[in-house]
Amino acid sequence: METVTLTIKNQPGLYLEADTITPDAFAGKKAEEIAGLPVYVGRDEHKLGEFFEISGKAGATAAETKIVVKGDLSRVKYIGMKMTAGEIVVDGNADMYVGAWMQGGKITVNGNVDAFAGTGMKGGELIIKGNAGNYLGAAYRGDWRGMSGGKITVAGNAGSDLGTFMTGGEIVVGGDVDVHVATHAEGGKIVIKGNAKSRLGGQMVEGEIYVFGNIDVMMPGFAYREDVDIEVDGTKGRFALYEGDLGERHRKRKGQTIYAKLYQQIRA
Amino acid sequence: MTKTVTDVICPFCGTLCDDLEVVVSDDGKKLLEVYNACAIGAEKFLHSQAKDRITRPRMRQDDGSWKEITYDEAIEYTAKMLADAKKPLMYGWSSTNCEAQATGSELGEIVGAVMDNTATVCHGTSLIAVQDIGIPSCTLGEVKNRADRIVFWGCNPAHAHPRHMSRYSIFPRGFFTGKGHTGRKVIVVDPRPTDTASVADVHLQVEQGRDYELLNAFRVAFKGEKLPDVVAGIPKEKIYEAAETLKSGRFVIIFFGMGVTQSLGKNHNIDEAIAVTRDLNEYTKAAIMPMRGHYNVTGSGQVWGWLFGFPYAVDLSRGFARYNPGETTSNDLLRRDEVDAVFVLGSDPGAHFPFSSVKKIYDLPSVAIDPHETPTTEVCKVHVPVAFVGVEIGGCAYRMDNVPIETRKVVEPPEGMMTDEEFLGRVLARVKEIKGV
Ligand code: SF4
Repeated sequence: METVTLTIKNQPGLYLEADTITPDAFAGKKAEEIAGLPVYVGRDEHKLGEFFEISGKAGATAAETKIVVKGDLSRVKYIGMKMTAGEIVVDGNADMYVGAWMQGGKITVNGNVDAFAGTGMKGGELIIKGNAGNYLGAAYRGDWRGMSGGKITVAGNAGSDLGTFMTGGEIVVGGDVDVHVATHAEGGKIVIKGNAKSRLGGQMVEGEIYVFGNIDVMMPGFAYREDVDIEVDGTKGRFALYEGDLGERHRKRKGQTIYAKLYQQIRA
Repeated sequence: MTKTVTDVICPFCGTLCDDLEVVVSDDGKKLLEVYNACAIGAEKFLHSQAKDRITRPRMRQDDGSWKEITYDEAIEYTAKMLADAKKPLMYGWSSTNCEAQATGSELGEIVGAVMDNTATVCHGTSLIAVQDIGIPSCTLGEVKNRADRIVFWGCNPAHAHPRHMSRYSIFPRGFFTGKGHTGRKVIVVDPRPTDTASVADVHLQVEQGRDYELLNAFRVAFKGEKLPDVVAGIPKEKIYEAAETLKSGRFVIIFFGMGVTQSLGKNHNIDEAIAVTRDLNEYTKAAIMPMRGHYNVTGSGQVWGWLFGFPYAVDLSRGFARYNPGETTSNDLLRRDEVDAVFVLGSDPGAHFPFSSVKKIYDLPSVAIDPHETPTTEVCKVHVPVAFVGVEIGGCAYRMDNVPIETRKVVEPPEGMMTDEEFLGRVLARVKEIKGV
């Protein structure tokens, strides 16, 4: 695996749209060629090299390429967008759309990310060591297919609209989440190790939510069924199982209606 | 001698009343009286006659005072500002005609602007919901002639759309609604005891910010599933009863306003309200409609819909249309310093945006096109007064139910004043010159 290191040297006047920072775009290129890749500030096209110091070289393919991005990236959007393989390490905070529509490979962010990280994600792994903004692993506007595969792990908190229209894959949040979790979801698994506010599983068709902490307000469309002993993300415990959203459409299997499941840990 | 102009359209709110009568002087230069309009509608017409009306563009001086400039100078400033900016915000568009909106769109496309309208702080969230799950809607004519179950959710037409209840929703006698209001059941859902709630048969005083839960409870009730004892502060018996009232109607219409579009959950509230409407169609006929505020905010969504594919928050900076509220919406752009110039037409963000956003407008190169002096013109560098659309110039506007109505010119604008469309056309021509296209 070859490594390319990008260090931001000039901050963009507005925001930098850098959807070319991916192993796929870098693969097979030397530092000078990578410096020539296009990025955008508003309507102006620029070159990546105008904003970043670039060293090292890429591997022959995306899978053999690792990118390390350093410095304050809080005005840089689209890092790792649509990547299919390889690795990106972001050493700092990044702006919107980190790992949006990613299909494979791995992104690690040693900081916070803004909204829309992992939008429409299909595969691969996205690890956020800090906090995530709103719409983590959600669908893009108007798309009824949100995150469908892969895994997102957030060490800190996540914002609102987590996993909207999710159909598959897994999201684990170490801290708390804001309102609206798994709205319209038709599959997938969301684990919240901290507290949740309200509107969990609203309009949810299928899929699973696990909450270790408190839920401020439970949706009226979720009904308590039973207590179960299960293991979730390495934690064994007793959970109260709710099913819902009773107001939403659901398919049937062998005459049984299949609901979405919400588990809340029972603390002694 | 005076003349009376009949069938005049009111260019104030989304009800777009089309039965006004306006008395003008014989030479068509003075507007004297307005009949049939509500107080706020009449005021709009009479305002055009104000003695202290500003009739020429002005530029802000270093000491904060205004200096009168010519339209040519204003066009030059605006064209330069838009041509120089990397990502200008072009906001407003709700109080003008579709013709001006179309010219503005062409301009926005050439300069790579983000085009946003007042939906961004109003019913934009409804538009997100419509895109997510569709909408079973109807026209106000159908409401008048057919609806016998009227729901006002988070809106207060008694004050915001004063003639809505008498012309369309509660009181009129229509083709199949000959008994007028006695044949209709009205449900108001609002945390406050509003004037609209006082004419309702049922007022569900929902707990603030719990509309999504209450809407969800309706869906659970329709399906005959069990509800918790109390949802959103409402006992379950009342919810089951209201659900039955709706199911037993011949035609249900749900009107909703900013009480649900801009409170906790925003688009999700509307999403669930649309789902309620869809569910009701299993039992009877039901439709849902946003109570659009500005008289032609709907038209601006229509124009951009057919030009760009999205109804608001359209980012044209990269040469193709992108749309993602939360990123491409005016307040997010201003808050995050994503734009470097602001152009406002036919709206008053100075009065409606958070103070922090208004301050950002103040710090940027900015132009406001507005017949009035407003809080927005006070923070912009250049103010261009224009003729009143629907009073001094006609043009197309879309009613809240997406019905296009041609507004009428009833009186001449003051000598030498430009219209929105003329001004935009001139700026467009100048920008093309600057850019050599
Ligand atoms: S209800 Fe609206 S459109 Fe009708 S007269 Fe009043 S302000 Fe004008």
